[in-house]
Amino acid sequence: MTAPGDRAAALDGNAMAGDLREIFAVDVTSARFMCAGCTHTDAVATLMLWHQAPGLVARCPNCDDVVMRVVRAPDRVYLDLRGSVRLEVPLEGS
Amino acid sequence: MARTAVSGRLIWRAATVAEARWESPTARTLVLDVPDWPGHLPGQHVDVRLTAEDGYSAQRSYSIASAWPEPGGKVELTVQRLDDGEVSPYLTDTVQVGDQVELRGPVGGWFVWRDKQPAPVLLLGGGSGVVPLMAMVRARALARTKQPFRLIYSVRTPEDLLYADELRRRVRDDAGLDVHYVYTRKTPDNWPSPPKRIDVAALNTYGWPPDFAPDCFVCGPTTFVETAADILVALGHDPRRIRTERFGGTS
Amino acid sequence: MGIISRGFGGRRRESVPGLPPGQYLTHDFPVLSAGPTPRIPLDRWRFTVTTETGDQKSWNWTEFQALPADDVTVDIHCVTKWSKLGTTWRGVSLDTLLADVESAADYTMVHSFGGYTTNVPMEDLLDGKAWVAYKFDGEDLEPEHGGPARLLIPHLYFWKSAKWVNGVQLMTEDDPGFWEAAGYHMYGDPWREQRYQGD
Ligand SMILES: Cc1cc2nc3c(=O)[nH]c(=O)nc-3n(C[C@H](O)[C@H](O)[C@H](O)COP(=O)(O)OP(=O)(O)OC[C@H]3O[C@@H](n4cnc5c(N)ncnc54)[C@H](O)[C@@H]3O)c2cc1C
Ligand SMILES: [Zn+2]
Repeated sequence: MTAPGDRAAALDGNAMAGDLREIFAVDVTSARFMCAGCTHTDAVATLMLWHQAPGLVARCPNCDDVVMRVVRAPDRVYLDLRGSVRLEVPLEGS
Repeated sequence: MARTAVSGRLIWRAATVAEARWESPTARTLVLDVPDWPGHLPGQHVDVRLTAEDGYSAQRSYSIASAWPEPGGKVELTVQRLDDGEVSPYLTDTVQVGDQVELRGPVGGWFVWRDKQPAPVLLLGGGSGVVPLMAMVRARALARTKQPFRLIYSVRTPEDLLYADELRRRVRDDAGLDVHYVYTRKTPDNWPSPPKRIDVAALNTYGWPPDFAPDCFVCGPTTFVETAADILVALGHDPRRIRTERFGGTS
Repeated sequence: MGIISRGFGGRRRESVPGLPPGQYLTHDFPVLSAGPTPRIPLDRWRFTVTTETGDQKSWNWTEFQALPADDVTVDIHCVTKWSKLGTTWRGVSLDTLLADVESAADYTMVHSFGGYTTNVPMEDLLDGKAWVAYKFDGEDLEPEHGGPARLLIPHLYFWKSAKWVNGVQLMTEDDPGFWEAAGYHMYGDPWREQRYQGD
């Protein structure tokens, strides 16, 4: 029930890099997610990102389910990962 | 109250505008002095944060246009003005040499090209989406590597071209680099085809065939990226070799 | 606060007295969205109240349009810090929709097409405080702003005014919705600046 073009408002996971790098020591956008809804797996950078909202909402490019949510409060960041079954994080230099 | 710093955590730092130059009537390159810049890979970006007198602040991402290392340790961004935008008109028209903005980066480890990647590289840029691709072109020259590079650059009119002179010079001097232009609103005089958006015919003609197995980087307005990436897949390119970065908006 | 960027004004906004703390006045109607905009054909639209025992009561678009409606003029406050004053809406009061419902529930979860949810205490839906609105400024509510119909609950931050609303589930215990589960406040009173958990 979504029309083509409705995704034009969206960015992608690349745009989350700064907010995630402020909490993690590694770049999470190069990690692979597995979608809890459809088991699709790919780099976090390929998630569809809605940023014109009270937080960042990253959805699976395959099924549109929410995979990650990032909410920034003045003194903390909330990261909701329930839409991803796991994250596979590559370690530089290994 | 003092807080314990999380080690390795990226923080905001002040960047000073050292130099600014127009790339087109509506786009400007800012050369920034960022103390202790750790270096970056082509394709990475920074987040820029602006704060008004009353504390209101706005944050946007901008790709790094320059390659690293840079002798003066500077970092360049190229910003395209959107007339009704909140941040871009400030960066193109208001900020002056000597002014400071806050910056967080470099960030993003996926939409990057590493000079050790042996494959040929196909770059598809729409509008300001050419900026991180230009960083790749510059990094290739700096590393003196030989992978064939091809840039297909979609732009509204000849006046909107970024880096026009430099691209012309590099096509002449950087062996193995070529560039094709797609004009979407107005072409130069005597251009062989009328203005059009990037389409199957353009990528079929100018792109490389899938069995050449190029690493593809697609960047620009969201609608451009979706169209161009879909065409690459339809033409038979391996989706795992296609990396995309969406800037938002429509082309 | 970071360093001031000389000459940066930002989006047109005004700090005026009488707004909730930390809010700016805007004259636009910014569109916030957390996903693709659902397009709901009216013949597939339905609004359902589900009680804590599983009893359901529902209306299709024609039945819903036949219910008595109110015209209201209210101020709205978004947690992203803009406020908009004197907005005019037409909608069906939740008092009407919940009138004949047998329930002892103190809490509700509001549901939308597209999967969005937000929790609202029962008492905040009643006594003329909340509507299912289908007209804004005299016009049919556009999909970008939540049409065909959205919840309108102006005394709470606007994320509680769920777009594309399709039902209310009554609950005996409070549960977090989409944003509440991700760090936003369970109640969200703009006058007490309840933006995030713990505020
Ligand atoms: C990872 C990343 C890298 C980026 N790199 C660059 C870069 O190198 N150079 C550059 O100029 N921009 C870049 N952008 C885009 C940049 O972040 C801003 O979105 C852009 O400058 C517009 O900001 P604004 O505040 O001026 O406009 P806003 O006030 O945010 O928007 C004004 C209007 O323009 C529309 N709009 C928003 N973004 C775009 C867009 N990209 N194209 C067309 N319409 C749009 C909006 O929907 C709105 O209607 C990048 C974005 C991302 C996510
Ligand atoms: Zn999925």
